[in-house]
Amino acid sequence: MSAHPDYEVVIGLEVHVQLRTRSKLFSTAGVSYGDEPNQHTTPVCLALPGALPVLNAHAVELAIRAGAATNCTIHPTSIFARKNYFYPDLPKGYQISQFEHPLCTDGWLEIETDGLKSDGSKTGGTKRIQLTRIHMEEDAGKSLHDGRADQSRIDLNRAGVPLVEIVSEPDLRSAEEAGFYLRKLHAILRTVGVSDADMEKGQFRCDANVSLRKHGATELGTRREIKNVNSFRFVEAAIEAEIVYQADLLDSGGEVRQATVGYDAENDRLFLMRLKENADDYRYFPDPDLIPLVISQERIDAIRAALPELPDVRRHRFEEAHGLAAADAAKLVGAGSLADFFEAAVAAGAEPKAAAKWLTRDVVAWLNEQERESGDSALETQGFALAPAGFASLLGLVDAGRLTAKSARDLLPDLLAQGGDPESLMQERGLEAVSDSGALEAMADDVLAAQPKAIESFREGDQKAVNFLMGQVMKQSQGKADPAQVRKILIAKLEAL
Amino acid sequence: MSRIAPEDAKRVAELARLRLDDAELPAMTAHLERILEYVDLLMEVDTRGVEPTAHAIPLATPTRKDEPTGELTPEQAIANAPAAEGTAFSVPKVFDDEAAG
Amino acid sequence: MTESFGSVGDLRSALDAGQTSSRGLIEHALERAGAVGERLSVFVDLQNDQALAAADAADARRAAGETHSPLDGIPLVIKDNIVQQGERASCASRILEGYVSPFDSTVVAKLRAAGAVVIGRANMDEFAMGSSTENSAYGPTLNPWDLERSPGGSSGGSAAAVAADIVPLALGSDTGGSIRQPAAFCGVVGMKPTYGRVSRYGLVAFASSLDQIGPIGRSAADCAVLLDAISGHDPQDSTSLPEPALTTASTLTGDISGLTIGLPREYFEAEGADPAVLETVRTAASALEAGGAKLVEVDLPHARYAVAAYYLIATAEASSNLARFDGVRYGRRAEGVANLKELYERTRSEGFGDEVKRRILLGTYVLSAGYYEAYYRKAQKIRTLLRRDFDAAFAGCDVLLTPTTPETAFRLGEKTEDPLTMYLSDIYTVSANLAGLPGVSLPCGLAEGLPVGLQVLGRPMEDATVLRVADAYQRLADHHLARPGDLA
Ligand SMILES: [Mg+2]
Ligand SMILES: [Zn+2]
Repeated sequence: MSAHPDYEVVIGLEVHVQLRTRSKLFSTAGVSYGDEPNQHTTPVCLALPGALPVLNAHAVELAIRAGAATNCTIHPTSIFARKNYFYPDLPKGYQISQFEHPLCTDGWLEIETDGLKSDGSKTGGTKRIQLTRIHMEEDAGKSLHDGRADQSRIDLNRAGVPLVEIVSEPDLRSAEEAGFYLRKLHAILRTVGVSDADMEKGQFRCDANVSLRKHGATELGTRREIKNVNSFRFVEAAIEAEIVYQADLLDSGGEVRQATVGYDAENDRLFLMRLKENADDYRYFPDPDLIPLVISQERIDAIRAALPELPDVRRHRFEEAHGLAAADAAKLVGAGSLADFFEAAVAAGAEPKAAAKWLTRDVVAWLNEQERESGDSALETQGFALAPAGFASLLGLVDAGRLTAKSARDLLPDLLAQGGDPESLMQERGLEAVSDSGALEAMADDVLAAQPKAIESFREGDQKAVNFLMGQVMKQSQGKADPAQVRKILIAKLEAL
Repeated sequence: MSRIAPEDAKRVAELARLRLDDAELPAMTAHLERILEYVDLLMEVDTRGVEPTAHAIPLATPTRKDEPTGELTPEQAIANAPAAEGTAFSVPKVFDDEAAG
Repeated sequence: MTESFGSVGDLRSALDAGQTSSRGLIEHALERAGAVGERLSVFVDLQNDQALAAADAADARRAAGETHSPLDGIPLVIKDNIVQQGERASCASRILEGYVSPFDSTVVAKLRAAGAVVIGRANMDEFAMGSSTENSAYGPTLNPWDLERSPGGSSGGSAAAVAADIVPLALGSDTGGSIRQPAAFCGVVGMKPTYGRVSRYGLVAFASSLDQIGPIGRSAADCAVLLDAISGHDPQDSTSLPEPALTTASTLTGDISGLTIGLPREYFEAEGADPAVLETVRTAASALEAGGAKLVEVDLPHARYAVAAYYLIATAEASSNLARFDGVRYGRRAEGVANLKELYERTRSEGFGDEVKRRILLGTYVLSAGYYEAYYRKAQKIRTLLRRDFDAAFAGCDVLLTPTTPETAFRLGEKTEDPLTMYLSDIYTVSANLAGLPGVSLPCGLAEGLPVGLQVLGRPMEDATVLRVADAYQRLADHHLARPGDLA
């Protein structure tokens, strides 16, 4: 819902993505999560006197891949620069980043805006979002505020972990578009193996620059930057809250002041971090400990050529080759390795549309449940005990009428968690569908005999009575009967009475 | 004309996290002023179209394999720390809004 | 053991012949370090126990016939900005009080492998910022030739240690002349290798694009032995040249026939240069001519801009390199700080000396918004022009010959009031750092009883050539044998 009809919303996003490496960007310390403070440091991470940076080759490879997957120009020469500022989690007193000469520029990606409401209207189709740049940089460490009230603890395990910062043009016009952009970017980067992009672990973090202007205005309004939001939903909620804040302020004749704000997800509230009175002065200059990063055109071409199928291409293929609905195809492709699982299941004989439905509805629900319990956010199929072939055979049982959808739904969590053969599990639990019409007719007779009132209602024209009676029969069958068959039998009997 | 006023020196000192007290400020400002005055010599050189040199050696940066190695133990990491708590460095309370990005 | 160390080659022969032991050499060095070194403030710290243990190990190797290196068992000192595992390194700064490095610099690792014995850490200008070794938290080092004069800097402790015969060899670091200028003032040989020749890993950075570790010794031949031992590609330093270790010691033939020596006109016409120094250098040039070299005049039209460009670039890099000294992870932290900002400001203001603060401020200023183009970028463009000057000059000659300094050793305190006059004492040396060239300073006589330094600059990568010329000169003249008076 748009609470701001007078204004055009302008959003640009900066996303920090952790590259999937084993060691840090300029230090040989390992990359890990959740270890004891300072478990993974070298003299380089600690900025000890005399330590020097040496660039991680694989991080470069992944950064190039990120650029190639987002249609960027990849520059044969890029330069690492120092961004100077003091902060306890920044050991050197500067962050090694890229500034004047980034690795990648001028990319784009497409978001699907079908059914999206932008300014209250339906836009439809796709929209191209321009990427200004992708540059490599190192992460900072962590300040822990868990101990004494007047002290913070500094853990440098994360200091120096390789990131790419992906900066979009201010092309996004709503919180929804921002959400679509982030999901698309997330899916692309995971697909091409650039990052695990686990948002809970801070591997995919978003800063949103938001400003408002009158429709038709060409100048950008003053923007505020929402820092470090790490879930799609919260980014959307934070941007929505920011739009309301700025619109209200402008409506009441106020002026937006340039600022950095945080988002408190628990209370769905923005809070001011700092006003940007003066421009920051980071004194960027080329890092004299490093010389230019030079990449041959052959290497760039080879990395481009070796990219796996990108989500958009795959989605179209799913629609065309398997006849999936656009929404199902998008959901599969957007959700981690579900698309791979889907393809394997189809290869094992699953009917594609049914497989897509089951995966995007029931399996995703189960994953979400797992996520809530474990705190692990990645929608990953690696944790499944059920192989794609097992999944295909489960669907086969449903298709053959040997297992009702309800029973299949009951079996699914155990199969996903523990594996096993769906057919044996079905038999073990006695869930095979009752398709023997003699047995069903006997159950129907029992129910009709016990429910004279329902029969009365049916005669008076109340169709709901049939549903009630069906429910009774299903109950007697312990859910193993095929509802359509039961209905047919019941109606025949009722009409014959 | 003065290139650097005491306020400039103070601003720069703050950027560099140095504290100049009122006794130091005049001499430090005068020294900076004198050096900058000397450096103005460079302005007579026409450098239009000249590429800047950041490094004398025309090389490309080398890279290394992505292999974790050479880690210090947490105890070694904090061995020189003026203040530590557990295996973490300890500092006066950090407020997140002081961070740059 | 005689009062004076012989050449490194002689020492090795004596060791091999059993005329002395490494323990004997080290004990002698430590004894002299305790007496003369103390008086001149040469050292920040001695490493008696470790040095003696290393000497015994060297003697054991020699006894077992396992000696392979010309430096095995030979004593030397290193500048206090080169780290050693398990040892302190302070850069002569209060801010690094008590700091112990958990890792070895590459040069120290190479020296250890070669069996050389570090007896102590030499005094220096704080963080190598200075040309007099007066900017040290440990007080100034005195020049062995005249105790009222500066030994030069910033590697003043290293040069004085060799000049005072405490050790035959020392390591210094040279960012704008910090090896060559003190070598000149102390009457010893000091060399700045081609940028990237010697690993900077474990050298506490002052200005990363200019810093280079190099040898100081009594002769070019001794410096060659030390340079060969510490040079070579290091994968831990991204600015390290992809070249194997040098083998210059074996190429010092004394033959300079057919070699063309360029005399930069601008350097001999420089304002403020002591005529006696210039005359001594011209005499040295004539000696080389007599030895078979050809002299030509060359031009370095941008030479007069080098000091200005140098101080902009060096301080810009330094302002960033020294940001890590913040009292959070190591070193000294100001006491009783109430908050983070105070932690930073008081730690750094109390921990750094005035010259370091001055350079951090200048460097911060030239990188700050609005000044970057006018100062930092301008200086980088001048750097390009200087490189082109050298390229053009080297098209017509093989090496350049210049004075190392515009004057001989100045009096302590003489230049501390006005930093600019101190900076201008680097006019002949900074260009080699900006252009990455190898350069050596060697004694070429005395002016009013004080040593005069002769500088030989070579094309990038031609470290062997500058050493060959320096060695040839030392075969033609014996100024390097001149010694300061009795210091005992
Ligand atoms: Mg940013
Ligand atoms: Zn960033």
